[in-house]
Amino acid sequence: MTLTADAAPRAVYDNRTAFADELVQLAREDSRIVAVCNDSVGSSNLTAFRDEFPDRLINVGIAEQNMVGVGAGLASSGLIPFVCAAAPFLTGRSLEQVKADVAYSQHPVILCGMSPGMAYGELGPTHHSVEDLSWLRALPGLDIVVPVDRLQTRQAVRNAVAHPRPTFIRVGRHKTPDVVADDSVLERGRIQQVRAGSDVTIIATGTLVSRALDAAATLEGQGVSTRVLNAAYLAPLDVAAISAAARETRAIVTAEEANVAGGLGAAVASIVGQLEAGARVPLRILGLHEFAPTGSTDFLLDYFGLTDAHLVVAAREALANV
Amino acid sequence: MQLLETDTARVAEWRTERARIAAASPAERDALLAEKARLTRRAVIGMISHAGQGHIGGDFSVTDILTTLVGAVMTIDPADPTRRDRDRLILSKGHSAGALYATLAHAGYFDEAELGTFMDPLSALNGHPNRNKVPGVETNTGPLGHGLPVAVGQAVGVRLTGTGARVFVIMGDGEMQEGSNWEALMAASQFGLDNLVAIVDRNRLQQGARTEDTNALDPLDDRLASFGCEVRIADGHDFGSLIHAFRPSTTGKPVAVIANTTKGKGVSFIEDRVEWHHKVPSAEQVALALQELS
Ligand SMILES: Cc1ncc(C[n+]2csc(CCOP(=O)(O)OP(=O)(O)O)c2C)c(N)n1
Repeated sequence: MTLTADAAPRAVYDNRTAFADELVQLAREDSRIVAVCNDSVGSSNLTAFRDEFPDRLINVGIAEQNMVGVGAGLASSGLIPFVCAAAPFLTGRSLEQVKADVAYSQHPVILCGMSPGMAYGELGPTHHSVEDLSWLRALPGLDIVVPVDRLQTRQAVRNAVAHPRPTFIRVGRHKTPDVVADDSVLERGRIQQVRAGSDVTIIATGTLVSRALDAAATLEGQGVSTRVLNAAYLAPLDVAAISAAARETRAIVTAEEANVAGGLGAAVASIVGQLEAGARVPLRILGLHEFAPTGSTDFLLDYFGLTDAHLVVAAREALANV
Repeated sequence: MQLLETDTARVAEWRTERARIAAASPAERDALLAEKARLTRRAVIGMISHAGQGHIGGDFSVTDILTTLVGAVMTIDPADPTRRDRDRLILSKGHSAGALYATLAHAGYFDEAELGTFMDPLSALNGHPNRNKVPGVETNTGPLGHGLPVAVGQAVGVRLTGTGARVFVIMGDGEMQEGSNWEALMAASQFGLDNLVAIVDRNRLQQGARTEDTNALDPLDDRLASFGCEVRIADGHDFGSLIHAFRPSTTGKPVAVIANTTKGKGVSFIEDRVEWHHKVPSAEQVALALQELS
């Protein structure tokens, strides 16, 4: 590899910082905003919020089912609760509360899944949140937002306050580069194109979007024009963008830091598989298939084939299947 | 990665030590157990500084409890970690895996050298214990509030299969805020599980603050009693007190032991400080800590 100017390390960010900052700013203007957490104010990134609004932070202790139920009660009282907890416990432990008290009851609770995916690396599968997308996609009436970078994280918080409705926001901790343009808008239910292309489409979410863009650049050099879509919303699902990708490019690869059973790839497959015969295209779904072994987040992303290099191979294989 | 293998030579040594402890006077016994606990704490420091992460405060508060159980109380054979009549040990506060691994390795459940791989890529020694990799681990823990229900099932299970084994399960005090524990205690009492010992590592700190400033547990003794337990209060750093508290149930009820402990016990600058829940010692602090534990 030759050293060039663009080999300089890219700036990367923990999206929780933008999340916490935006929440505090909005809370200054809107007294309906409250935060709910389970024990550690720090690991929910609510320290600044607590310092400024001590009465509006509700810490229920290590009791996640109670936490989500309390959130629903707060929402039904006209408040806008941001229920912030490590994503695996927020979703897995409290799944029935999310189903019955939030989605089915339609209480406008904002569930903020902190440090999702394999951000907790070596702490292992109990602390990984890689089933959240699958579990929550099964719940009607719950928005699922995966902001790709700092700007989208801020916009997701703002959208939640502007239009409170049952929402899950995956707030990334594993550091990633900024992706979207400064003037881009996070629109509810839209999968956004972040790179144009005509041969193959990579639909990625969260940490995998910047990797997809890197893969697209490599593929371009190999003569493969690659469209990259940023799935910042998994629900409502952008059927139009997925169908267009199938109609306008010859193959689709999906990539997510999540289990493939029921996540983004499964969502895309369910759309593409039901298109008319001529529009169906080969599909490759990248994600996790098993509980992770011990390792850091970067190690595990590589272990599960979730790097730009793996994406390049997957795109070429998908095209070879045409 | 398969299950780690027994260190048979170490198991033989452990058996000899265990016999010595059983025959010793209380003072000698305490000295022998204190030495084991010291080695465990030293190992934990090495593991955490190697991995660059870990939960040192909870490791150190539970070390003497683990040392007592494995070194003087439980009927176990580390060379045969799944034998039917073994007493069971579940560390429900799975974030204290470091202390558990060191305790198990020192008893020969696996080669002590393995501790040097703590949290390395593909290591059997994950940040939270995995029974499919580590002999001596009964069930995978990490999400708080899971160990006690599994222990209740084991206590019913050993009773049904007639082995007379006892089941020991250790919770953090913050962990007792999880409702699942109280569901499990109600069941344990309903089923009359006198073979169950539910131990609370009562260090009065959780991750972000003091337990009593977050979601208070006191009066914990009354609460446990009202859920049908035979409640015993122990000094969680006094081996004699712990051994006494771990004696069989005298009332036919499940036993609940409130082990009063100090988070970070053993290293002065780590003791009873909330930030040491999962802070990692610097090289200088490692040296200081090892000095205090020499
Ligand atoms: C269900 C669940 N919620 C949150 C956590 C994160 N967590 C890990 S340790 C901890 C604090 C535990 O406090 P305590 O039980 O008192 O343990 P100790 O002080 O002995 O370390 C928390 C909140 C978790 N592991 N599981």
